[in-house]
Amino acid sequence: MSYELIGISVLWLFLYGYLIVASIDFGAGFFAFYARLTKQDHLINRLISRYLSPVWEITNVFFVFFYIGLIGFFPDTAYYYGSALLVPGSIAVILIAIRGSFYAFENYGSKNNIVYLFLYGASGLLIPASLSVALTLSEGGFIYKQGETISLDYWALFTNPLSWSIVGLAIVSVLFISGSFLAFYASRAEDHSALKLMRSYALFWSTPTIITALTAFIYLGQHNERHFQNMMDLWWLLALSVAFFMLAMWLLYSGRRYGLAFTSIMLQFLCAFFAYGIGQYPYILDPFITIENSITSPAMGLALVIVFIGGMCMLVPALILVFKLFLFDADYVKGKK
Amino acid sequence: MGIDTVLWSRLVTGLTLGFHVIFATIGVGVPLMIAIAELMGIRKKDPHYTLMAKRWARGFVISVAVGVVTGTAISLQLALVWPNFMKLAGNVIALPLFMEVFAFFFEAIFLGIYLYTWDRFKKPYIHWLLTIPIVAGAGMSAVFITTVNGFMNQPEGFAMSGGQFTAVNPVQAMLNTATFSKVFHVLSSAYLTGAALLAGIAAFALLKKGASEYHKKALKLMMAVVMVFGLLNALAGDVSAKFLAEHQPEKLAAAEWHFETESGADLILLGWLNAEHEVLGALHIPKLLSFLAFGDFNAEVTGLNEFPLDEQPPLLVHYLFDLMAGVGFTLLGISFLYFLFVFWKKRNEHNKWLLRSIALGAPLAFLGVELGWFYAEIGRQPWILRGYMRVEEAATTSPSVRILFFVFLLLYILLGTVCVLVLRRMFKNNPAETEMEKWNQHPGDKTTVKGEHAK
Repeated sequence: MSYELIGISVLWLFLYGYLIVASIDFGAGFFAFYARLTKQDHLINRLISRYLSPVWEITNVFFVFFYIGLIGFFPDTAYYYGSALLVPGSIAVILIAIRGSFYAFENYGSKNNIVYLFLYGASGLLIPASLSVALTLSEGGFIYKQGETISLDYWALFTNPLSWSIVGLAIVSVLFISGSFLAFYASRAEDHSALKLMRSYALFWSTPTIITALTAFIYLGQHNERHFQNMMDLWWLLALSVAFFMLAMWLLYSGRRYGLAFTSIMLQFLCAFFAYGIGQYPYILDPFITIENSITSPAMGLALVIVFIGGMCMLVPALILVFKLFLFDADYVKGKK
Repeated sequence: MGIDTVLWSRLVTGLTLGFHVIFATIGVGVPLMIAIAELMGIRKKDPHYTLMAKRWARGFVISVAVGVVTGTAISLQLALVWPNFMKLAGNVIALPLFMEVFAFFFEAIFLGIYLYTWDRFKKPYIHWLLTIPIVAGAGMSAVFITTVNGFMNQPEGFAMSGGQFTAVNPVQAMLNTATFSKVFHVLSSAYLTGAALLAGIAAFALLKKGASEYHKKALKLMMAVVMVFGLLNALAGDVSAKFLAEHQPEKLAAAEWHFETESGADLILLGWLNAEHEVLGALHIPKLLSFLAFGDFNAEVTGLNEFPLDEQPPLLVHYLFDLMAGVGFTLLGISFLYFLFVFWKKRNEHNKWLLRSIALGAPLAFLGVELGWFYAEIGRQPWILRGYMRVEEAATTSPSVRILFFVFLLLYILLGTVCVLVLRRMFKNNPAETEMEKWNQHPGDKTTVKGEHAK
């Protein structure tokens, strides 16, 4: 396999990882705020903070990892996306800054401040919305190059149904993934009232998830015929994704095997995400950047791959340790440690 | 318009880095202090030190939050504000950036574990062992990111053809000539500042609330660290000056207002310039600059006039340089005075004036770090990649960057204020002595207050 393929596969896998861990985090913020408004916060807040507090920083790193890796393997992306995304990117930075720090302020500092909780909850939904703009841009037609100047066509972006359907999909899938994870976590903690609440949230957000996914897919077909056709050729991946979704629904509905339900939701998103990514090949930004023509020098490509493998040898055991301590240690989850 | 966006791009980046560096320094420096205190607590079986580690860790995590989010901001801003720079240099600096993320990842994982496992292990040493990856991760991210800055000052490890970097050697680019002195100076000053901060807090508490066993121990421990790293930092500064004299003479010449190349050059302290670039009112120390630069009182030091006018750094850097060096020596001096008083029985090391200067040392140390970075960065203007790319060629052309400056300014004011408020609330109503008493009353139960990590 060539460096560019290794590179983009690894990066795509990391973006997927970010999608899952960040969704849990972002959704949890919204649920915490919503539960406070509906006076059900006593049921789930402890559950959320027990899982999130040790891992919130790790979530953030997944994201940094993705785009530093992207710039490293494909420096041209910095030029095009960097120029075009100055405003939406900065908005995302500000939201991430507010969210991360206020989470720490609320959790380690002063407890139970409704303003912090609001900032935390609201930013949790706005961040996926602002980040998904980058995904929309990659479809082409929103970035213009005049001479050496790269600019973003905001009017085209805001009037295009594709961008709104991707934003919608990002928000509802965040809530769906988060709800089902927290239901799983509650079931491990044997916290029945929290489980009941989280299960209802997960079930509630499942329908909009599948509907917005279909909508986004249809609009994609209108906007970028090539990408749509490529994805249709990968129909089996999409079918697999739907099958995992059905399995998860059935498990959630019948109220058992929450771990398996969450796993199949992860697989559902994995299949769909990779069908999307493989369909976009060979473009990173249609039509300016393809994977082949923007790759960094071979020496740097090799160095990055070596560092990546070395880094993984350190990270994987460390991550397993975190999971053992905070996710699969039944006593910790139940609040006994 | 082009020039205007360049200026605003500079300001946005300067603002973000200036704010980030405060928390980055804490992020690198303080974990070592926590590790030292916890180890002392275990070895001496003295709960005062354990409490120190706990209280510092609790405050640390708040500052880490701001450090993480501003670090994320600066890493994104690199591509957003300087797209042309990243397109060119991304080919060469991707490796250290990538490694920095790994180091950060590593630190993040173990920090999470550390904070939530205070009482989960039977042997206290096992919990202490968790500080090693945290200290190492924090230190390594500083090392990697500093190599990037080293590369921007001293680009090496590539060939240039047709406006593109070719024949890239990533490792050589990382280990460029600037790297060693920079890394040494960054690490030593971060540990110095971390210790000065905690010593300052202890001194402040002693001043306000009078004698307390806990704060006296904290003060002594941290002053020892200040002394060690103060010495190392002075050495690092000397190494850096010698590096500049050899490889970036225009930066040193600008810092020293050294215009004509001459042997036996004087060291100039403070003063001002008139319109003809004559130095007035300054303190001249004969031949010292030659000695500092080359270890020889009669060595020849290159003057600023040797360089084309449009490649000279702004002359303002002279003050930044003098003040930074002044701060470094002041901190070292205070720590010497403190230990002089400790060992000289007639004197009381907790006398008010000494405590006041130690307390003042904490903000002073941060000022020193800021001044040093401003000197390093302004001193390499007009280049973003010295000798290869000027700042004007690298900046974004989007006029929105001007508004973003004010948006980010607002954000940092907000983050800074809330951070201080939260830290104040965290410690003000919960003094160390009260926490210590609670421990003594319930020796088995080491969890102290609501909001503590260990549960």
